[in-house]
Amino acid sequence: MSLSNEQVGHIARLARIALTDAGIESTRAKLNDIFALIEQMQAVDTTGVAPMSHPQELATRLRPDVVTETDRREAFQKIAPQTEAGLYLVPKVIE
Amino acid sequence: MINASLVELRRALDARQLSSVELATLFLDRIAALNPQLNAFITVDRDGALAAARAADARIAAGDAGPLTGIPLAHKDVFCTEGVLTTCASKMLSNFVSPYDAHVVSLLKAAGAVSLGKTNMDEFAMGSSNENSFYGPVKNPWDATRVPGGSSGGSAAAVAARLAPIATGTDTGGSVRQPASFCGITGIKPTYGLVSRYGMVAFASSLDQGGAFGASAEDCALLLSAMTGFDERDSTSLERPAEDYAAALTAPAAGKPLDGLRIGLPREFFAEGMADGVRTAIEAALAQYRALGATTVEVSLPNAKLAIPAYYVIAPAECSSNLSRFDGVRYGHRAAEYTDLADMYAKSRAEGFGAEVKRRILVGTYVLSHGYYDAYYLQAQRLRRLIAEDFKAALAQCDVIAGPTVPNTAWALGEMADDPVQMYLSDIYTIAVNLAGLPGLSHPCGFDAQGLPVGLQLVGDYFSEARLLATTHRFQQATDWHRRRPACAQ
Repeated sequence: MSLSNEQVGHIARLARIALTDAGIESTRAKLNDIFALIEQMQAVDTTGVAPMSHPQELATRLRPDVVTETDRREAFQKIAPQTEAGLYLVPKVIE
Repeated sequence: MINASLVELRRALDARQLSSVELATLFLDRIAALNPQLNAFITVDRDGALAAARAADARIAAGDAGPLTGIPLAHKDVFCTEGVLTTCASKMLSNFVSPYDAHVVSLLKAAGAVSLGKTNMDEFAMGSSNENSFYGPVKNPWDATRVPGGSSGGSAAAVAARLAPIATGTDTGGSVRQPASFCGITGIKPTYGLVSRYGMVAFASSLDQGGAFGASAEDCALLLSAMTGFDERDSTSLERPAEDYAAALTAPAAGKPLDGLRIGLPREFFAEGMADGVRTAIEAALAQYRALGATTVEVSLPNAKLAIPAYYVIAPAECSSNLSRFDGVRYGHRAAEYTDLADMYAKSRAEGFGAEVKRRILVGTYVLSHGYYDAYYLQAQRLRRLIAEDFKAALAQCDVIAGPTVPNTAWALGEMADDPVQMYLSDIYTIAVNLAGLPGLSHPCGFDAQGLPVGLQLVGDYFSEARLLATTHRFQQATDWHRRRPACAQ
């Protein structure tokens, strides 16, 4: 498998990472090396093998539906790039 | 004093031969003197350390000291520390002063340990050389032209250079064991689920696990005992009673120290690709283990070679998901100029992440994208089960598995910096252990012809940390590799 520049550009858009044209070219070469390594997996027949997501196969734990956290909005917003009146500011999304 | 064991430090503190403030000052002064060269620390918290040391001295005076009260340590900068910069060695978090403590950090604070600061690492724990740090590479204390290993390279270098007696780390594919091997110290990654991941900046959640560094198994046992335990804030935390790993070391042996211990040697780990100096040191260590009463038996891990490709699907996939949280909105780096929201995301992330982190996000995004999930992620998870079953079969024939931690010793800075795949391949012996979720430990067992440390890895069944530590302890009682120090810590 070999990725094209168009595919690399598409993945970068999905990942929300800006890449320049020169960046796409150099990234493509490195990604293709990585995918060449990954492709070794495809030679193995895993029919009938159940996927393992987790070493301990835990069931998801449940807890009572009660409030356990305190309101720490000020502490959390102090480290935000831009806030106003308790809100996080981002560029206008809806005209 | 800098080379004293934790047991010796405890004795000196309890006997008031020195105070915790004096001990913290000793290590803070060493950091000030040696860190400019080694770059093992990103943040040194002198004021916080001295305040914690004063509190520890009060506890000791009140007769309320535990095993770690007043003992200095360093935290890998992947652990959130309230009020202290937590960067994960990334520009993305270079302004992030955490508003809360990781579970591990709060446990160690409660134990009275004194945090000296935060250690350098590969950005977001992605790397095997510590060269992927926004703050520059860490130098190996044994040879400053070489890498310390990664991703917990700062913690390993700090312990090896005696800038701290013990340090925390994390291990997703070998990030505790490999730098322990390169720096000539002991490091343990416990069973997945024993150490809470709460407040540990996430990389690959089904593999990430906190671990401990020390000069010896005994020091690691004391630190690990204080780090483990159930935490409801981590959905993968195991509901098991905490163990006292240090107490397990003192069990008396009948006959030779390791009589009855069966050590499995995976044929695949001894086949090829191992450097001569590593092979010589490992074989000598195995001879020592046999002299202590252990027997060795050949075992097989036929699917071990698939661990690297499977890992480089699973880890990037989980990383692309975990790192999607870094959007320049709630915390972390935001680009100075942008045209709209999508542009703000793309530029903030392009500026905030380094090259290796971006590559792994891109690989993960691709393997999880529409139409590829089954071929990559599910296939990798199926291989993961085959690898775990290999270990299960091998561990039915032996008590612990032994082999080299890494095929080589520390390589030169820059040697593999431009060849990520070559670096990935060096993690061949450690990655499979993370995929299976088993505990693994690396301990020093000799030096190669260049005088660089060689590490031996022990792997055991789930929850066999006490056995791994006790086995290493017996080895260390009969040998002195763990007491060898680089010139800067003589």
